[in-house]
Amino acid sequence: MKKLLGISGLFLVVFAATSVANPKFVSAYNLQNLISWTSLFGIISIGVAFVIITGGIDLSIGSVIGLVGSLMAWLLTHKHWGIPATVVTVLLLSLAIGLAHGLLITKMRLQPFVVTLCGLLLYRGLARYITDDQSQGFGNAYEGMRWVAIGAVPITPQFSLPAPFFVLVLVGVLAAIFLNRTIWGRYLLALGRNETATRYSGINTDRMKIIAYVICSLLAGVGGILFSLDLNSIQPSGLGEFYELYAIAAAVLGGCSLRGGEGTILGVIIGTAVMRVLYNAINILGIPTHLEFAIIGAVILAGVIADELVKRFAARRRAARELADA
Amino acid sequence: MSLTDPPPLAVEPLLEVRSLSKRFPGVRALHQVNLTLRRGEVLAVIGENGAGKSTLMKILAGVQEPDSGTIMVDGQPVHIDSVRAAENLGISLIHQELNLADNLDVAANVLLGREPRRGCFIQRSVLDRKAGGFMEQVGLDCSPRTLVSRLPLGHQQMVEIAKALSTNARVLIMDEPTSSLSQTETDRLYGVIKELRSRGVAIIYISHRLGEVKELADRVVVLRDGQNAGELQRGQIHHDAMVKLMVGRELGRHLRDAHGHGEAVLEVRGLRTLRYPQQALDFSLRRGEIVGVAGLVGAGRTELLSTLFGIEQPVGGQVLLAGRKVNLHSPQDAIRAGLALVPEDRKQQGVILEMGVRQNITLACVRGHARRGFLNRRREGEVAAQMTRQLNIKTPNLAQPVQYLSGGNQQKIVLAKWLALEPRALLLDEPTRGIDVGAKQEIYRLMEELAGRGVAILFVSSEMEEVLRMSDRTLVLHEGRLAGELPRVELSEEAIMRLATGGRLEKTHRTDA
Repeated sequence: MKKLLGISGLFLVVFAATSVANPKFVSAYNLQNLISWTSLFGIISIGVAFVIITGGIDLSIGSVIGLVGSLMAWLLTHKHWGIPATVVTVLLLSLAIGLAHGLLITKMRLQPFVVTLCGLLLYRGLARYITDDQSQGFGNAYEGMRWVAIGAVPITPQFSLPAPFFVLVLVGVLAAIFLNRTIWGRYLLALGRNETATRYSGINTDRMKIIAYVICSLLAGVGGILFSLDLNSIQPSGLGEFYELYAIAAAVLGGCSLRGGEGTILGVIIGTAVMRVLYNAINILGIPTHLEFAIIGAVILAGVIADELVKRFAARRRAARELADA
Repeated sequence: MSLTDPPPLAVEPLLEVRSLSKRFPGVRALHQVNLTLRRGEVLAVIGENGAGKSTLMKILAGVQEPDSGTIMVDGQPVHIDSVRAAENLGISLIHQELNLADNLDVAANVLLGREPRRGCFIQRSVLDRKAGGFMEQVGLDCSPRTLVSRLPLGHQQMVEIAKALSTNARVLIMDEPTSSLSQTETDRLYGVIKELRSRGVAIIYISHRLGEVKELADRVVVLRDGQNAGELQRGQIHHDAMVKLMVGRELGRHLRDAHGHGEAVLEVRGLRTLRYPQQALDFSLRRGEIVGVAGLVGAGRTELLSTLFGIEQPVGGQVLLAGRKVNLHSPQDAIRAGLALVPEDRKQQGVILEMGVRQNITLACVRGHARRGFLNRRREGEVAAQMTRQLNIKTPNLAQPVQYLSGGNQQKIVLAKWLALEPRALLLDEPTRGIDVGAKQEIYRLMEELAGRGVAILFVSSEMEEVLRMSDRTLVLHEGRLAGELPRVELSEEAIMRLATGGRLEKTHRTDA
């Protein structure tokens, strides 16, 4: 709860500062763009949050996005597959990828970092091989399908809510219910804290971990579909590059602990929003874009440090208060 | 200076603590505690958990600072504000959990951070020679280059002591040093302690095992609720006297009536564990029977329970619960069949420290109350509240993270988790390790209550007194073999020790050939 307040505060500060510095920031056009990209990144960040909650990590997200995005465009435009068959195929592929990660990590006892690092290389290579490293696109076709990524629902004459926002809301609500209201969410949180005690309580921890990796890759696949539909010009070598790091950073900023067992879906979404606002602010305020990574890195680091300081301060205050009470 | 000058002593105390106080949020850890320590004496400090022993020792070792009071070394008031400061005064603390870098060798550990160097290079031969001298003092006869991870626990303990001696320690504080040692290793430790004492080293010995205290201590200081509760001189150190000072009341020690006459609930047939595959175990538990499993460390007791609960895979044999064969592939199978395990390592295997009381209690039963996977929070709260009441778990509220509760309450939470499932047979591994005398009695009472309701209980214990008191029948393991089975009438400390060390019971009078 406290973490949620902290990250919301950070969001408001960055948002307000940017609005004051350049009013164009709060223009309808810019806000729609911002919401759209926050939604796309939010979906993949929610995915990685599940893995992080188990105490694991997934570095392959960006490559899964690249593979799914390129493959989908290639199947549609080069192989002339139907839309439903294509979408089902790429989603099954991402599900299979998550399943493979989970099995390797639980049954073979390989380290998540290593497994998904190899995945990062593997899927990127496959994406480039299948498409012959040619950039893919839909041109003016598939208008209806692309609406999911670039469409918008008018709210007022000036302002429309981008379609990905509704996808994010759907994914977010389902994820939050899964994490907080079902026994599986409880098991995930428990095993993230103490896997041995959870296993000793009769919970199939291996299965729960596999589920987490499947969710992560599946949402990366959904992200891959949306990103490629949004961009329309897909470089198999570039689509999704570094996105796993954005997703992990957003999850951590949003209150997930890399030690596992901690995190909220709402926090992750706000964490993503902070990342996107920062990125947007750099562009809109005319800060040299070469500084982009440096600024985002510095702000995240500052946020994490502030969080740690607040935690210590609170602990000391509580100690002092209890001492006074005693 | 002081109101009452101490009478002139023949020997000035090496270490003296005067009216030391320390508060933690919500707890008065120490209140006006006094303690003196002379050269070449073994001073046992005992008390229930939470009596303030650890805090006192941490203050002496410079890990924590007191709120008020004086510490004097050689009659001079000193200020111990860091571990380094304590070491410079010759005070060294050996923690209960060993702090060794077990990927390094013995010599490197003994002189860690104080390696003889030339420039930035370690002088390996000098290191070995220096470390070797300290190793000799504690009777470690392995090579200084032996990896610590290759040493048995008892030897690792000696490495810790050698490390302390290498800092010129005059005061050695040992916190539960024997908690994970076998009998031979314990005997060896006694030898080293006596040797150190004769050389003038003063030892503060903290232990829950009163038998050890009786064996070793020249003097006993008892703490209770952070205050001095009394002191016993060499001739007064008896078991009952110590317990009385610790709990502040006489212990009602009643022996149970043996029960458990019903049908067999748990039958173990030819079970072979991974650790001792050549030994087949056969035994059974009746309804309402409490069966103890005794044996030395490494006798395969924990392995037996882990195998029964599906954590370790058996090599052979089968287990029947209420006549039905139990799958031994996973804890899920065991639980489904009606088994439950209270594991040995409470914090690692029993509870989830950062989670609340409620979620810990309902972790295993939450599935049963759920509908289509959705949590039934109301039911969950009811179960937790009921269990907390039934087991008398002391917690400010049900959301309280378990890490803030005492060891005894944590153990009760582990029990509550299983009782909510109403198991037919309960496996307990060291059910009262590291919990205070009062909570121990409550755990015993619970075990009896459950047995009275027909639950079959199999418990492993290293505390002889516990086995003697609780078992209707005792199984003794020796190196993985079922060395013997002692019914209540034949149960005695000697009989257990004889079987546990590989001896035989002499049922008939005859002289050894």
